[in-house]
Amino acid sequence: MAVIKIPNNKTPIKEQEPGERIHNFKEVVLGYTLEEAVAEANRCLQCVNQPCVAGCPVNIDIPGFILALKNRDLPKSAQILKSYNNLPAVCGRVCPQESQCEGRCTVGKMKDHEPVAIGKLERFVADWEANQGTMNIPEIPSRKLGKVAIIGAGPAGLTAAADLAKMGYEVKIFEALHAAGGVLMYGIPEFRLPKSIVEREVNFIKSLGVEIDTDSIAGRSITISELKDEFDAIFIGTGAGTPSFMNIPGTNLNGVYSASEFLTRINLMHAYKFPESDTPIRIGKRVVVVGAGNVAMDASRSALRLGAESVKIVYRRSKEEMPARIEEYHHAIEEGIEFHWLTNPIEYIGDDKGNLTAVKCIKMKLGEPDASGRRRPIPIEGSEFVMEADMAIEAIGQTSNKVLLSAFPELKLTSHGYIEADPETGQTSVEGVFAGGDIVTGAATVILAMGAGKKSAKAIDRYIKSKKAVV
Amino acid sequence: MFEITSKEKIATKEYEIWVKAPKVASHAKPGQFVVIRTSPNGERIPLTIADFNTEKGEIRLIFQAVGKTTYEMATMKVGDSLQDIAGPLGRPSEIKKYGTVMMIGGGVGIAAILPILKALKDAGNKVITILGGRSADLVILKDECERFSDELLVTTDDGSMGMKGVVTDGMKEVVKRGEKIDQAWSIGPTVMMKFSAYTAKELGIPIFVSLNPIMVDGTGMCGACRVTVGKNIRFACVDGPEFDGYEVNWDELMNRLRQYKDQEKISLENYIAKVGDLSWL
Repeated sequence: MAVIKIPNNKTPIKEQEPGERIHNFKEVVLGYTLEEAVAEANRCLQCVNQPCVAGCPVNIDIPGFILALKNRDLPKSAQILKSYNNLPAVCGRVCPQESQCEGRCTVGKMKDHEPVAIGKLERFVADWEANQGTMNIPEIPSRKLGKVAIIGAGPAGLTAAADLAKMGYEVKIFEALHAAGGVLMYGIPEFRLPKSIVEREVNFIKSLGVEIDTDSIAGRSITISELKDEFDAIFIGTGAGTPSFMNIPGTNLNGVYSASEFLTRINLMHAYKFPESDTPIRIGKRVVVVGAGNVAMDASRSALRLGAESVKIVYRRSKEEMPARIEEYHHAIEEGIEFHWLTNPIEYIGDDKGNLTAVKCIKMKLGEPDASGRRRPIPIEGSEFVMEADMAIEAIGQTSNKVLLSAFPELKLTSHGYIEADPETGQTSVEGVFAGGDIVTGAATVILAMGAGKKSAKAIDRYIKSKKAVV
Repeated sequence: MFEITSKEKIATKEYEIWVKAPKVASHAKPGQFVVIRTSPNGERIPLTIADFNTEKGEIRLIFQAVGKTTYEMATMKVGDSLQDIAGPLGRPSEIKKYGTVMMIGGGVGIAAILPILKALKDAGNKVITILGGRSADLVILKDECERFSDELLVTTDDGSMGMKGVVTDGMKEVVKRGEKIDQAWSIGPTVMMKFSAYTAKELGIPIFVSLNPIMVDGTGMCGACRVTVGKNIRFACVDGPEFDGYEVNWDELMNRLRQYKDQEKISLENYIAKVGDLSWL
């Protein structure tokens, strides 16, 4: 029997050096060459039980696209990817692979072995296809099966729209902002996900015949009853959409931002190019970022790139509970972000002009596990201390945005204020209305929102067909 | 793109435009606003909807050139287009029959008070309007406000029109002669709203104010526009823009409005350097 001998580690990938990249917003990870990608593809065992596929929220045929890449049949590899995932260049960059496909990879289970770099390979194939200049547009049925309205052009909405268009539906997306992409445009920074890539993926979806109506706020610019009259079904994928604040004293001092505002100014409004771009942003010298998820990593690394002298992340739990993608954490460490675990802000301190000057914190310890299964942080009495800061960014999560929900009172909500929807179909309490992504689950990941969009697209197809069959 | 169909200069640096925005026009209500952008590099800024014409699918915007975006708007011509208009945003004013209402407008805020006073008049209220400005030429829309008011008072700082003084002097005057006011609205510069809220409280008149903090998306997504009302943090874009004037933390709001003062100056200077002399505005 032949002994399987594969390299222990992932094929290294080129990145911008930390000392250089902290001064620009260009992409950090530079991607594989073809030879590097093929070498990495060769690490895949093509194992029969394919645990990676089960680990993927959209069940991409991962061994299939990797095999095609290994055989240097890139068009086929891209075609396999695209048949499962409408946004592969995005997912290859922002999915938490370590807890999904790569987390289940058989190679990764072998002693001293890292899993196959599935995310990096996905990205390579998607970028390769885009660089060919011509995208392979699947054939779209010309006879339309019905009309579907999609609310929100983020990952969930774009995915549902693309799948429905491929099935033969007339699809129109209503997007509140001036650009499509949702969190991919306003949330995730350029250095992690270049906006040109998002635009490219959005253009692919438009090429499927999907119409995107920007500056269109469902519930305001168009009412729910107007949508119901014009469309056979509605999919709501608005995202969670309203930043949470800790509501500690001093929250409204100048220099205290929600991560949503800070990142929207930078990413959607290009404030990092001010004054070339009109939207300003405060340049903090000593910045404190609250939270340790991906958004906190994005905010802290963005503050650094704007010119901060020091950026401290404070997190009320310990490193073990940190929700960020491991790659983002490593990048943040390399760039010099300081982490203060078991530390929680309790007050913002300002000067007489209302500007932030310091953040008062308290040390925490971990108690018994809470509802999330993580050990509950408890303040240590008398451990208060003050960190000097002229900017603080809260990245502690979001709650549901009420703009659409208040215009749609028939829609049943959960006790947390999100839309109640069937996890398998996205069906809401209102007939013909489906929902998916963060507005159902609360803040989660791009790929989970895409998975929900895919499931809803199938359910909407079934719903419209059954309705039309009856009529 | 949103085409400008008419434009008129109504005072020094103050302009009125009608713009094609059918989806806004068909859904707008008094008290609401839009977020606009002039160009792909533009900033998103909120502007009150001064009026709307559902049949033509147009909205009326009245603005004062104070920063780069509004200067740029002031230089735009009929036939030019704004890059984006999103709306209508914010909660509409609470229009009902109160009895006698006092409508206080100052500066370009008069444009925001106009649609509300019209609706209140239609709802059967007795409307007493007080318009204030530094001098006569800055008291805009006087005739139009007068048409929908039972009574209209003007106050100017220099006495060049109406009563010499500020709007709070007008408020006191109206109450002194025995008028019972059931509800007031005050819209204008923040400092004017602050003092009219104080005066209303002294006079025992409930008062709504329409806040205009810095916004980005205008749909509750970012929290840039947060204000303290009573003990709570509220987002002016979705919880407002109108709030109980007694409860607003005015000093905090004024601090927050100054957040980008330095950058706003740079932006405007760069723009003027690029386009040349704009003293004709």
